[in-house]
Amino acid sequence: MREQDGMELLRFITCGSVDDGKSTLIGRLLFDSKQIFDDQLAAVEADSARHGTQGDAVDLALLVDGLSAEREQGITIDVAYRFFNSARRKFIVADTPGHEQYTRNMVTGASTADAAVLLVDARKGVLTQTRRHSYLARLVGIRHLVLAVNKMDLVDHDRQAFDGICADYRLFAEQIGVPDWTAIPLSALTGANVMERSSAMQWYDGPSLLEVLETVPLDTAADAAKPLRLPVQWVNRPSHDFRGFAGQIAAGTLAPGTEVRIAPSGRTTHVARIVTSDGDLDEARAGQSVTITFADEVDCSRGDVIAAASAPPEVADRFEATIVWMAEEDLLPGRGYWLKIGTQTVTATVQRPKYEVNVNTLEQLAAPTLRLNAIGVAEVATDREIVFEPYAAEGASTNKVLGGFILIDKLSNATVACGMLHFALRRAHNIHRQHLEIGRDTHAVIKGQKPAVLWFTGLSGAGKSTIANIVEKKLAERGRHTFLLDGDNVRHGLNRDLGFTEADRIENIRRVGEVARLMADAGLIVLTAFISPFRAERAMVRAMLPEGEFIEIFIDTPLADAEQRDVKGLYAKARAGELKNFTGIDSPYEPPEAPDIRIDTTQMSAEEAAELIVEALLKRR
Amino acid sequence: MAELTHLDRLEAESIHIMRETVAEAARPVMLYSIGKDSAVMLHLARKAFFPAPLPFPLLHVDTTWKFRDMYALRDKVAADPGVRLIVHVNRDAESQGINPFDHGPAHTDLWKTQGLKQALDAHRFDAAFGGARRDEEKSRAKERIFSFRDRNHRWDPKRQRPEVWANYNLRTNAGESMRVFPLSNWTELDVWQYILREGIEIVPLYFAAERPIVERDGLLLMVDDDRFRLDGATPQMRRVRFRTLGCYPLSGAIESDAASVEEIIAEMLTTTTSERQGRAIDRDGGSASMEKKKQEGYF
Repeated sequence: MREQDGMELLRFITCGSVDDGKSTLIGRLLFDSKQIFDDQLAAVEADSARHGTQGDAVDLALLVDGLSAEREQGITIDVAYRFFNSARRKFIVADTPGHEQYTRNMVTGASTADAAVLLVDARKGVLTQTRRHSYLARLVGIRHLVLAVNKMDLVDHDRQAFDGICADYRLFAEQIGVPDWTAIPLSALTGANVMERSSAMQWYDGPSLLEVLETVPLDTAADAAKPLRLPVQWVNRPSHDFRGFAGQIAAGTLAPGTEVRIAPSGRTTHVARIVTSDGDLDEARAGQSVTITFADEVDCSRGDVIAAASAPPEVADRFEATIVWMAEEDLLPGRGYWLKIGTQTVTATVQRPKYEVNVNTLEQLAAPTLRLNAIGVAEVATDREIVFEPYAAEGASTNKVLGGFILIDKLSNATVACGMLHFALRRAHNIHRQHLEIGRDTHAVIKGQKPAVLWFTGLSGAGKSTIANIVEKKLAERGRHTFLLDGDNVRHGLNRDLGFTEADRIENIRRVGEVARLMADAGLIVLTAFISPFRAERAMVRAMLPEGEFIEIFIDTPLADAEQRDVKGLYAKARAGELKNFTGIDSPYEPPEAPDIRIDTTQMSAEEAAELIVEALLKRR
Repeated sequence: MAELTHLDRLEAESIHIMRETVAEAARPVMLYSIGKDSAVMLHLARKAFFPAPLPFPLLHVDTTWKFRDMYALRDKVAADPGVRLIVHVNRDAESQGINPFDHGPAHTDLWKTQGLKQALDAHRFDAAFGGARRDEEKSRAKERIFSFRDRNHRWDPKRQRPEVWANYNLRTNAGESMRVFPLSNWTELDVWQYILREGIEIVPLYFAAERPIVERDGLLLMVDDDRFRLDGATPQMRRVRFRTLGCYPLSGAIESDAASVEEIIAEMLTTTTSERQGRAIDRDGGSASMEKKKQEGYF
């Protein structure tokens, strides 16, 4: 009983193509290791009669396909986690789907695995899916791969069939650099070479699958040998006397007295205590969730990384990364997404991909964007510097915590991608922001006003330019220094290279945002009149400016009214199909949820609206 | 320094999940159902935030039909000055007199599922810890650690967020919420070994004792108070214990001599039935019962 308490834990995935028998293999592992209870077996026997594929025999695959849709269709839709143990180890196995459209789920399962079991049907040999799953396992950094040549009972346990598959796979493994793999001939259905070596294959003198799983080395030892990395999750401050920093140690070890450097600030101090409810610890290592205190009162908060003073991690804001796209909507190059890495969350934009990898042929293809389940390499820029490490360094285990990130859509909050950082781009190191002697405050004081960006948004023909013009006139009359950036005018010059696709519209707004920011730095009150249809981009511009300087003014005109006015005749063209991507017609408009000022043009004249805006602006402190 | 054992790794992972939730959610809460999994969660939470008191309240969605021993332990836990306990009773279910004898699945739906939704809405909790484990049930095995629920608390198994590494996305829009399962990767055996290692207090009903039992529909039911409908049956004193605890008229006992945690673990290593075998509510609606309940907002 006590032995159980001290056992190691191995997490692995099973993968392979649709009918290679993954679920059957897991069912077999659970069944043969006596982890199936009588009542569960009775349920499976009942299910087998309805949905099973093994005639009168129990279909072990039904033990793991848990969702009704899966049982109906006989496929695995999502990752299932299963548990069993042998005399030597405990196991958590992630059963990952074989269908190509579920690449994201395979990556999800693989991300926490120490090893991968790749199933191959002995009758079919190495298939496209075998290659794809090997590539994905390698991409995520799984170092130990087992090639399980399944259904040996269906090829009369033939040695030549097995040897042929091994030879094929060896060529491929060398090509993609699989570091460590073992091949086993087995039958999930009969259990041959799964837990114990089978007498049906006397010619095979290697280990059974279980023997391999029991002896695969764990990465935790390797993580402990690396320099200390402790991303701060939460600051524990119950009273003025105690300030502890809580987090899970990603790499290395620490002890009272350890000299540490806090990234990104670079301040150094020493660990004072490792606090637990059972008393202080003498030492802690990679994998443990700890609370530590420092010898000095140093500034440190969530998102910071406590690191070995002698080997701190890098800090940068531009990277090359491999990205696995996981959402139905395509990647929008240039759009701001939340990027979460370790305990840091920042805004990030992804450039147009350098290339996409065809995971079947491993070819690098040109790609304007990334679609669901695509894997590509692209530049990622963050809006402030982050602490990071390359995900996979040659010969070392992966840095999952400071090298692996997720991207989150800012509106739906869905996780749209995961990615692995390769390295920082040098540009980030070489472009330093120029320190200006005459700052924005000085500019503003000289002009005797508080700068602002009045951001008019609304449908085409809503009245943005009309109202903005009157506002500017009223401000000029009051001696204010202003400038109006108009959508049409900007597109004749600065943005003449941009069209009206979603990506181009985002870039259009980004540039206008940058210009508006520079003008606000110069002390001006900037007025802009752009449809700016997406909330995400308006939020991006708001984030560029100091708190309170971005004033979103929603010119709220119903589509029907705007279309009826049709000042520029554009709606007529759009309705006639002569104008593509027209907002309100075949391209969406996302109205502000909480604009700073909302103008209902059905209720007031342009003159009244302008007066209201000027009053609101000048009342501001 | 020794390698981390599997219990060390599970503990560290659960603490990481709890801290991440507290760091990112606006109004977290821990569902406390007084069972062994709740006891382990509470213990882990105390460790995660020590020396601070728990940075969230506990929520007990009370069906009023729990065992008396459970209420006794709950009140003891609530007496700890570091713990804030919210007890929610669904007044609709109460006024309709919903009970496990007459109303079958409606009892679970109204008291537990609807009661939970009411409580989460009333307090505007945006993250609720639950003690569910993936080894319990097939649809649990497919659920993420951070399980996204829409404004109506519904779970959509086809629209789960990818959960890559330990990099969790907790972001929600107004009204949406997260159910968080820090014990996802634990097994029933792990829970017992951890209770043993850490000396965690649990309800005495888990230990074998002589108890008044009526056998009904293949379940051994304990007559815990005079609301039990005997329908002519005479309770027999039998030496039993419980593997899971819920409403007492719906929780089946097992015959056992295991009277300590060590003996329970020894018994578990040889048992041939699953933990949920004694749960009447799992039998409603066939093999996808839990999946359906969860889609409707059950935790």
